Amino acid sequence: MTLSRRTAVTALLSLPFVLQSGSAGATPDSMQAALKDFTGGAPVTPERVTLKIPLLVENGNSVPLSVAVDSPMTAEDHVEEIAIFNEINPLPDTARFHLGPRSGLAAVETRIRLNGSQTVHAVARMKDGSFWSATTDVIVTAPACREV
Amino acid sequence: MTVLINIPDTAAPGEIVEIKILIQHPMETGFRTGLDGTLVPRDIIESLACLYLGEEVFRADLYPAITANPFLGFHLRADTTGDVEFIWTDNAGVTSREVRTLTVS
Amino acid sequence: MIRTFVFIGILLPGVAWSDDRRTGYDDMSPDLQALQEDPMNPGTFWVLDGERLWSEPAGSAAQSCDACHGPAETSMQGVAARYPSFDAPSSSAVDLPGRIALCQSRHQKIAAPKDRADPDSLALLAYVTHQSRGLPITPDADPRLAPARAVGAELFSSRMGQLNLSCAQCHDDNDGGYLAAARIPQAHPTGYPQYRLEWETLGTLDRRLTGCMTGVRADRFPPGSPEMVSLELFLKSRAAGMTVETLPIRP
Repeated sequence: MTLSRRTAVTALLSLPFVLQSGSAGATPDSMQAALKDFTGGAPVTPERVTLKIPLLVENGNSVPLSVAVDSPMTAEDHVEEIAIFNEINPLPDTARFHLGPRSGLAAVETRIRLNGSQTVHAVARMKDGSFWSATTDVIVTAPACREV
Repeated sequence: MTVLINIPDTAAPGEIVEIKILIQHPMETGFRTGLDGTLVPRDIIESLACLYLGEEVFRADLYPAITANPFLGFHLRADTTGDVEFIWTDNAGVTSREVRTLTVS
Repeated sequence: MIRTFVFIGILLPGVAWSDDRRTGYDDMSPDLQALQEDPMNPGTFWVLDGERLWSEPAGSAAQSCDACHGPAETSMQGVAARYPSFDAPSSSAVDLPGRIALCQSRHQKIAAPKDRADPDSLALLAYVTHQSRGLPITPDADPRLAPARAVGAELFSSRMGQLNLSCAQCHDDNDGGYLAAARIPQAHPTGYPQYRLEWETLGTLDRRLTGCMTGVRADRFPPGSPEMVSLELFLKSRAAGMTVETLPIRP
């Protein structure tokens, strides 16, 4: 049974804490295309990646995001790149992070803009060519009395 | 352009060091229309790289979806005493650079 | 109750008050509070720029702020906590951006001081206000300010605009409620100038009040106008005793 977006949002509204990883919902085509471009069509496993974004955001102009990948970060076994994709912003790409054995830890933080409530995807590529991911549904509100 | 860099002065060999950087920059997306109805041109930092001991340890490709006054936090493994360079480039090709020294003992 | 305090606030602008008053910070989500507390707070840039400008000679007198005032950490401590104040030469109440512009024209002999929304003006304002961080709002008790403060109280309770709403109707009667998914604050000006995510830059109290007036479709008072200064006088007396925030962030 697939959850409708309305049901999913209503369920999520009852959780007043940070959601660490969620199930993938329906994704628009351009985001899927960007994701396929990144992975080359290879299979993506929704594990090993932790994506932290607040569940409910008061203004989409600055949303804290942190992404971490479970990896020893050795020369033989490390994260090469983490890509962040979004669903409804004008562009599906948000950021790409290039890491390596000298990183020590595959953990990156930034602040992003979200143009409305949507699902954010983090996809990591390992040195061995495997892909891993996590997603989070974010509800974005905006302050009233917005400036014209 | 002012930059805030949070990096420890010293570290032990092999210690994983957390680095934070905040760059004063509007990150104008290029999607907004000004009051005169014309599109405000894109002005964003497109790339930020961190080099340690002359080698790239981290690089971020940034898109318009990165917040104004962009913030990045990442890690590196301390090796020997040396320069930690931060080099960032905007979409007009202008490059800026800041250096800090990490003392490893 | 806010209403009871308003009455006392008009008569005794310096009364300290511990009570159920809430700031915009109190009403924010935990991540925005965390951003305000974060050393990597974007508001920092304006304070740093202001620190630099404080020592820069300017105007035909080639005087820096520092040349007359000395280090801001001492000379400007408590100033923002006290403003608006009374300017004798012009016989009017003046807010802090207005005072900075008056200093620039009268003492630094800058012919045309920059507009208060200019990045340099904002930086100086942020830097001076930063010297009052953590201090209680202590409205200037100068009796010459009383008429303007009373005008501010009157404006706060006056319906305005096409929506015909007064400030009091939202911020006294419906504080804590929601307007289009945004929590209605009590509107205490403890955090100005502020880095507002909506603006993606630092902004003054009159920029925010302008936004409110746009919201009710009222003709807006110009920044720094007597009406704006009067409103600030009233808001500050209503917020007397509350703490001046450090590097405020708002959504």
